[in-house]
Amino acid sequence: MSMVIEDVPKVALKALDELWFQVSGTLCNLECSHCFISCSPKNDSFGHLSLETVQASLKESVSLGVKEYYFTGGEPFLNKAMVPILEETLRYGPATVLTNGTILKQEWLERLRAAEDRSGYTLEFRVSIDGPSPEVNDPIRGEKTFERAMLGVEKLVNAGFLPIITMTRTWSDEEDQKVLAKFKDVLAVHGYSRPRLKILPRLKLGAEAERSCGYTQTERVTPELMADYDESQLVCNHSRIVSDRGVHVCPILLDAPDSILGETLVESMQPFALSHGACFTCYLYGSICTNASSSTRE
Amino acid sequence: MKLAFFGGIYSNSLALEAAIRDSRNRGAERLFCLGDLGAFGPHPDRVFPLLIENDVAVVQGNYDHSIGNDLKDCQCGYTDPRDNYFAQISYEYTYENTSPENRQWMKELPREIRFEVDGRRILLCHGSPRKTNEFLWESTTSTHFLEKLADDYEADLILGTHTGLHWERELSNGRRFVNVGVLGRPENDGNTNVWYTLLTLENGKCDVEFVPLEYDFRQLAREMREESLPEEFIVTILSGWWTTCLEVLPGRERRSGRF
Repeated sequence: MSMVIEDVPKVALKALDELWFQVSGTLCNLECSHCFISCSPKNDSFGHLSLETVQASLKESVSLGVKEYYFTGGEPFLNKAMVPILEETLRYGPATVLTNGTILKQEWLERLRAAEDRSGYTLEFRVSIDGPSPEVNDPIRGEKTFERAMLGVEKLVNAGFLPIITMTRTWSDEEDQKVLAKFKDVLAVHGYSRPRLKILPRLKLGAEAERSCGYTQTERVTPELMADYDESQLVCNHSRIVSDRGVHVCPILLDAPDSILGETLVESMQPFALSHGACFTCYLYGSICTNASSSTRE
Repeated sequence: MKLAFFGGIYSNSLALEAAIRDSRNRGAERLFCLGDLGAFGPHPDRVFPLLIENDVAVVQGNYDHSIGNDLKDCQCGYTDPRDNYFAQISYEYTYENTSPENRQWMKELPREIRFEVDGRRILLCHGSPRKTNEFLWESTTSTHFLEKLADDYEADLILGTHTGLHWERELSNGRRFVNVGVLGRPENDGNTNVWYTLLTLENGKCDVEFVPLEYDFRQLAREMREESLPEEFIVTILSGWWTTCLEVLPGRERRSGRF
């Protein structure tokens, strides 16, 4: 079944609550087999953002009333300006950084903790670890990555942060509780006694589409599905992301040519057609990119 | 003019009674409650006569909207299974122990209350002016976001609750956002008192005072035990530390608690 183009529901940006930055482009020290934008040490299709680029968007964000800032990649801490970028951002509002936790340095974390205290806004670290053991995590993220990420968690905890551990579900939904319980035990052994955990759905794009399968043509958001649906569950209803190519609709569709909506934040504030399979995942799970503290799930 | 604002009551009628008395003693002329009358505590129906007999003007909270409309949960948005487990115990107890008349009363509560004092436009809401169940935490809410809310909703003073923690932020042109705290449970700081807010509007000035309120928390704990409410809730009342529904706390606020 193919979609008729005029049937694609459009979603307006209600308010730009979360501004994202693709701060390290598609460059990553890891090469995870489920990465939805195929990040790797060699993938430079998107490059690093400079402090100046981030500053320009931060300034523009003030009049738009942006509530929170998020940083992703690739691995954000490959960007040499990452610590100054976060220090600058915390002057504007709360910041969240999505990291694989494997290259964190204690001195960076100490600086960032001081910046957080100065600002009064929260600095959240979301550390991607895809299971409670090397046996589950390492085949996806690479050899020894479980151990290295857990060391990163220890550094964050030592610096006084309470990192949010995010894991992409590569098991069945029914196994969630078992996985979460095991993860809590393992984190306690590593000195993290009150862990915050978040399970993310798989996005069948990029490397993940190669690993398992991509979206079928029937996995699309239809006008019927949008009837009585709370649009605020969709990332594109309240977010945009800045890359070195422009401003895109959401972090997930970075690779899609139609995801670029403009050069500036204001230009990007136009409606977006939910034509992608990943839009269907976002529709099904809701609020997949936002922190729980900002959730308004019904 | 002095005004008193009470946040979530969570069925803590003992604290509500104490807050009404305390605020009146301090000269409050008008009393307001920003919603979430039930949850957490015992005997939800005891809250309503206190509100009605004391002319407390009430905004509808997400809990009141849920109970009033016979919804299946409280719309707090938890995803953590432990949080949801406790939230559901609390919700079902509250629903079953709220009379149909009081449910109907909650259903008809307004989503916001607006009025002016000396030309100052005051807007009362539960979570935020744009969404009843939006959490506005101090550490996750940028100042320019609040400026935009004040612009969009044409208000000089916005008062809300919902998070359970009081805070305030000064905005441009003398405008302000205030989270008034809650009467329902202590503030996750190891103290057993709860908080409400007094606002004094005089000679073009606006003073915000957060008032720590002592009440008979041991009696509340006894009543909760008699109603077989979870021990985890009772620990919070007796210790001042939150033990459940922690997932939605931002890192900074979570860090200052014990659990």
